[in-house]
Amino acid sequence: MFTPGLIHYLLLGTILFTIGLYGVLSKRHAISVLLCIELMLNAVNINLVAFNKFLYSSALLGQLFAVFIIVVAAAEVAIGLAICIALFRYKGTLDLDKFDLLRW
Amino acid sequence: METTRVILSFPIPDLFTLAFWLIAGITVLLALGVIFFKNIVHSALCLIGTFLGVAAVYLTLEADYLGLVQVLVYGGAVSVLIVFAIMLVQRGSIRETNLFGRLKYKAFLIALVVFLLLSHLLWRGNWPQTDAAGAVENSAEGLAGLMLNDFVMSFEIAAVLLLVAMIGAIVVSREVKK
Repeated sequence: MFTPGLIHYLLLGTILFTIGLYGVLSKRHAISVLLCIELMLNAVNINLVAFNKFLYSSALLGQLFAVFIIVVAAAEVAIGLAICIALFRYKGTLDLDKFDLLRW
Repeated sequence: METTRVILSFPIPDLFTLAFWLIAGITVLLALGVIFFKNIVHSALCLIGTFLGVAAVYLTLEADYLGLVQVLVYGGAVSVLIVFAIMLVQRGSIRETNLFGRLKYKAFLIALVVFLLLSHLLWRGNWPQTDAAGAVENSAEGLAGLMLNDFVMSFEIAAVLLLVAMIGAIVVSREVKK
């Protein structure tokens, strides 16, 4: 019951993913939305590694996918923070409620 | 004999189980801290703690190379990048910088529904039971074999992606000459 199995790791990933989802939808500061996206990517990585260990432990494909996700997440956070800095220079704020340039 | 062993072993969980629950609890608490701290620097510090907690979760899953990469990339590079970006875009007082927007309660409802749906599907799911008999001994060695043989194309594309992202970040955040 308490020994960690696949279901416990998947539930941990679900909890982290949902916390990140709540932050992405509700936060006002652009950088904190980026932080919550990182949280969601980490939750997905936990799921992949848990599937690798408990369902297909003879190969390392899940861990390989997690490594590629880490690469893409690093690229994403670099670009996202650069966009945040450019936006701050343009508008002087990072309040997401103030960015309605594309709204019609 | 078997039943007595089960009964005796139930109240005292082994060290691995205790470690997993401790790590999972700390990670979830720190992730909640990312959301609920009002100061964005405190949120970023909580996020770094969450990254390290996730690295510990990888270690409990016998993914030692991935745990190392997590500490290096997330705990080192990404966290420094985030703290620098926060420092660059801050103007005025930092106390009330990480507030909720207009969608606070609706977003909570959506997240709660998604969580209940996913956890319901997980409990109902019919997961196959396999033992870890064919577990790989050295994950770094196995990953190197996969990356440089079967997945060498994806490996190279990932390298190009990192280069493009680096140059793109420099170009996007550069000062515009008037």
